[in-house]
Amino acid sequence: MRFERSHTRRAVALTAVGSLVLLVSACGGGDDGSSGSGSGSSGGALEGRGPITFATGKDTSGNLTNQVAAWNSQHPEEKVTVSELPESADQQRAQMIQNAQIKSDAFSVLNLDVVWTAEFAANRWVTQLPEDQFPDLGKLLPSTVDTAKYRDKLYAVPVTSDGGLLYYRKDLLDKAGVQPPKTWAEMKAACDKVKALPEAKSMSCYAGQYEKYEGLTVNFSEAVNGAGGVVVGDDGKPNVDTPEALEGLNFLVNGFKTGEIPKAAITYQEEPGRRAFQEGSLIFHRNWPYVYALASKTDGSSKIAGKFAVAPLPGLKGPGVSTLGGHNYAISEFAKNKATAADFIKFMSSEERQKANIEKTSQAPTWASLYEDATLNKQFPYLAPLKASIETAKSRPKVVKYGDVTTAIQEAAYGALSGTTPPKDALSQLQTKLSTLITQ
Amino acid sequence: MSTSAPVAERPAKPENNKPRRQTSFNEGTGRLAAMLLSPTLIVLVLVVVYPILSALRESLYQSGQRVDADGFIVQGSEFVGLDNFAAIFQGETADRFWNAFYNTTFFTVTCVVLETLLGVAMALVMHKAFKGRGIVRASILVPWAIPTVVSALLWKWIFQADGIANAILGTQVLWSTEGWQSVLSVIIADTWKTAPFIGLLVLAGLQTIPDEVYEAAKVDGANPWQTFTRITLPLVKPALLVAVLFRILDTLRIFDLPFVLVGPNKSSVETLSILAYLEANQTRYGPAAAYATLLFVYVALVAYMFVKVLGADVIGEARAKTPKNNKKSGGRRDNKLEPGAAAGAATGSVTAGGGGV
Amino acid sequence: MAVAEKAPKVVDVKAAEAPWYRRWLPLIGVGIIVLYCLLPFYWMIVSALRRPTDQFDNSIIPRHWSFTNFTDVFKAGTGFGRGLLNSLIVAGTVTILTLVIGMVAAYTLARLDFKFKNFVLAIIITTSMFPGISLVIPLKKLFSDIEWINTYQAMIVPSLSFALPLAVWNLTAFFRQMPRELEQAAMVDGCTPAQAFRKVIIPLAAPGVFTTAIITFIAAWNEFLIALSMVNKKEFQTANVVISQFTGTSGRDQPFGSQMAAGVVVTIPLVIAVLLFQRRIVAGLTAGGVK
Repeated sequence: MRFERSHTRRAVALTAVGSLVLLVSACGGGDDGSSGSGSGSSGGALEGRGPITFATGKDTSGNLTNQVAAWNSQHPEEKVTVSELPESADQQRAQMIQNAQIKSDAFSVLNLDVVWTAEFAANRWVTQLPEDQFPDLGKLLPSTVDTAKYRDKLYAVPVTSDGGLLYYRKDLLDKAGVQPPKTWAEMKAACDKVKALPEAKSMSCYAGQYEKYEGLTVNFSEAVNGAGGVVVGDDGKPNVDTPEALEGLNFLVNGFKTGEIPKAAITYQEEPGRRAFQEGSLIFHRNWPYVYALASKTDGSSKIAGKFAVAPLPGLKGPGVSTLGGHNYAISEFAKNKATAADFIKFMSSEERQKANIEKTSQAPTWASLYEDATLNKQFPYLAPLKASIETAKSRPKVVKYGDVTTAIQEAAYGALSGTTPPKDALSQLQTKLSTLITQ
Repeated sequence: MSTSAPVAERPAKPENNKPRRQTSFNEGTGRLAAMLLSPTLIVLVLVVVYPILSALRESLYQSGQRVDADGFIVQGSEFVGLDNFAAIFQGETADRFWNAFYNTTFFTVTCVVLETLLGVAMALVMHKAFKGRGIVRASILVPWAIPTVVSALLWKWIFQADGIANAILGTQVLWSTEGWQSVLSVIIADTWKTAPFIGLLVLAGLQTIPDEVYEAAKVDGANPWQTFTRITLPLVKPALLVAVLFRILDTLRIFDLPFVLVGPNKSSVETLSILAYLEANQTRYGPAAAYATLLFVYVALVAYMFVKVLGADVIGEARAKTPKNNKKSGGRRDNKLEPGAAAGAATGSVTAGGGGV
Repeated sequence: MAVAEKAPKVVDVKAAEAPWYRRWLPLIGVGIIVLYCLLPFYWMIVSALRRPTDQFDNSIIPRHWSFTNFTDVFKAGTGFGRGLLNSLIVAGTVTILTLVIGMVAAYTLARLDFKFKNFVLAIIITTSMFPGISLVIPLKKLFSDIEWINTYQAMIVPSLSFALPLAVWNLTAFFRQMPRELEQAAMVDGCTPAQAFRKVIIPLAAPGVFTTAIITFIAAWNEFLIALSMVNKKEFQTANVVISQFTGTSGRDQPFGSQMAAGVVVTIPLVIAVLLFQRRIVAGLTAGGVK
């Protein structure tokens, strides 16, 4: 290994050139791969049996392990491995998309948030499912099944659902002699009466989730829908610049103006809102079913244990409209053993498994009959209002570019709520924006 | 794994040159340099240069933006030239870009200045000999050692509407809403987390200064401020500049803190990295790559300016073959003697860097 | 500089008579800096020691002490223990490789004269200029082509490439400060250049080398995005990825307490290890060095 000085420059230069050539050819190769695709066929054959993976955010109670173990003991040749994703929904989606981008078969069954269905279907990242192979669909709440469809074709099976509930301070309402409200006006009147009580003087009337994130889209849509408006109509066209929508938005905007909604609520996600309610600083609170168990804790962490109850959300002229949450299970287009994957989805969405799931995790099932189950109703007293909430709930827009749509909605709503944009302008800007986003 | 093989060769090779000793030190240096640098370069080419080039290429393409009659995304990507870049500078997007550009620059200047001041102070404190200095060193290390994932959450919790920050202040500042307070919360959290980085590197610089130098200064009756500005600072300058340079590169790409602490789509704290992320998150990989490329060019320019203006002794060493004197400490002062030559070398290097893009 | 040119004399610096503020001001400064660094960390520990249901509490001391958050972190099925081990493997390997490769490169850049030197330095730092989030998808494509998904090297090599630029630049600065006469003297004494480097330069640059090691280790230990994207099997996931998977007791509630507990578990051993190593390594190296 002797080195001559004269060769040095050339050697360095050659190394540099060599690596560049390598790089360029590597890029060329990548190009062929990506542009020459089109292998994804639309739905149909679910073939192949064998081991699969299930990509999901970690389950909360450890119950998923039991569910999967139950499957695995019945299907030793078709074992399911859980691929745990981060807790953050954004990161779950990002991981699934990354794997779809490289056409990886690492994930077989995907646990999709309801709002991702359209995007995953349109990109052919998930396989279309033949409806006749899923006979139980008719026994699920219809609104939940609707979230699993894109352009009237089925791409997933709803396994859990979620709907907004109105939590209220039963003790204070009783003391003030008012009934749980069905309309916003009734709620305001109830607040006035409750706030006349000495112990409720410093309380705020109402809060939902108004931080600039997905929760704001949910709350804004509920306000608009609750006033009889729509964000995106049934025909798939945005129609948010209407008097009804304005009345809905004004319910929130005026709430902030008059102080019925506390100022801090502009930073609320689910958890800070729950805290405010548990600390006893809210009379009414819009949140998901999960709050029930936590606010009922008698270990001193909740000041309102036993003092609250739930009702369906109020609206402008009658009962309000919740925005639908929940999760659907779908099969990755790039998965192997899709027949097994389909069976696993049927297994997980079965009545028996869903019952086991709600018992352990208190997640809302999609199976309609479970809401009538007496023992479950005893364990979860909010099931009846929850069912009402889910049955009448509206889906968020089913559009491919859902991310852009929800960002636009948040932008408009946040501007109006924080007082930087007049509500009317916010809605007309939103209408313009949505029109360009959704015609694509 | 391709990295381990060349590494293993390292100790063996120079020992083969044993008989040539002193001469081998400066002869055949180019070849030798290529040998010795190849592991570093191979790793970088494999993992960074390739993705960068493919991202640059991506910035010229668009894909997945059109839906066909059946509602499916049209597959395949389409060459669009510089359209993705042009789109950034049009209409509302341009406002957003320049806002993010301003925020990025503002965060970088503010955070790096604060971190440098704090970091140097930390280093001086850590360097002092006193009882319990181990504890002090450990505590200064703590913020830097906490995983970013966790510390961002910690600060988010601290800055919540009814979090401890407001409880201490006795007011209700809504930190995550648009405005100065959200900017401030990011600056506080970032400074807290990364000042120790500068502190550690400067401390290492301080530790290589021999005590004799300080003693000499003492004898000459230099006051502490003079000792600091005339001795300490010049001698730690190389270490300090490297630390600051890397902090600048990092802060220009700041993402986690504004994103987690304040949230996406908040114009007060939106940075260029966030824009790139948001585009990629909507699977618009072309525009995302275009943002990333612009940010890259900006970072490269800033680094160039920094090295050119301040960083002469960081990389320049176009001379210094001749021994200056026989005193042990003499070599350390080399840096100061020929700033002109060093600056020249620095300029050369960064120009080359620009060509490498 | 004129000051430093004077011949060194031995003077007892510490015993110098000083006004009271000269003694106390530094201590106050130390106190402020330590508080500044530790208060948020204190909050982290306190939050971890509350009951999960009390996680919103603002009391300075937990009202109800509880180790539930810590036991939750290590509960069977979280894989946190395994995650710690994986983090150690990845960060440890990255640190060792970075130091070895980086020291060789830095020494080369500091001592050898060759063309393209500045070009090489520029190229090395250029790789630290691209936003990391934009590198993930191309890298994942590459790694899936060469079947590196779900391997340690898929996490080690990228971390290596992020750590190397800082290591090379920093070490170059340190080596360059070492007087060249040191090696020359050593070589006159019969050392090969490699030996001169190992026995003379490294010990003298020990603070720089050690600092580089700490920084590299912590940076690799804290890496999240690559570890998350390149690995989807539990047995390879690092502690940070495992932390990101924590959930509350029911879907939407945030597991703040256990996240903080995990943060404490991850941080404290790191700091203690650094302290111990710092003493031993610095002591060992300087003792063996040429004085």
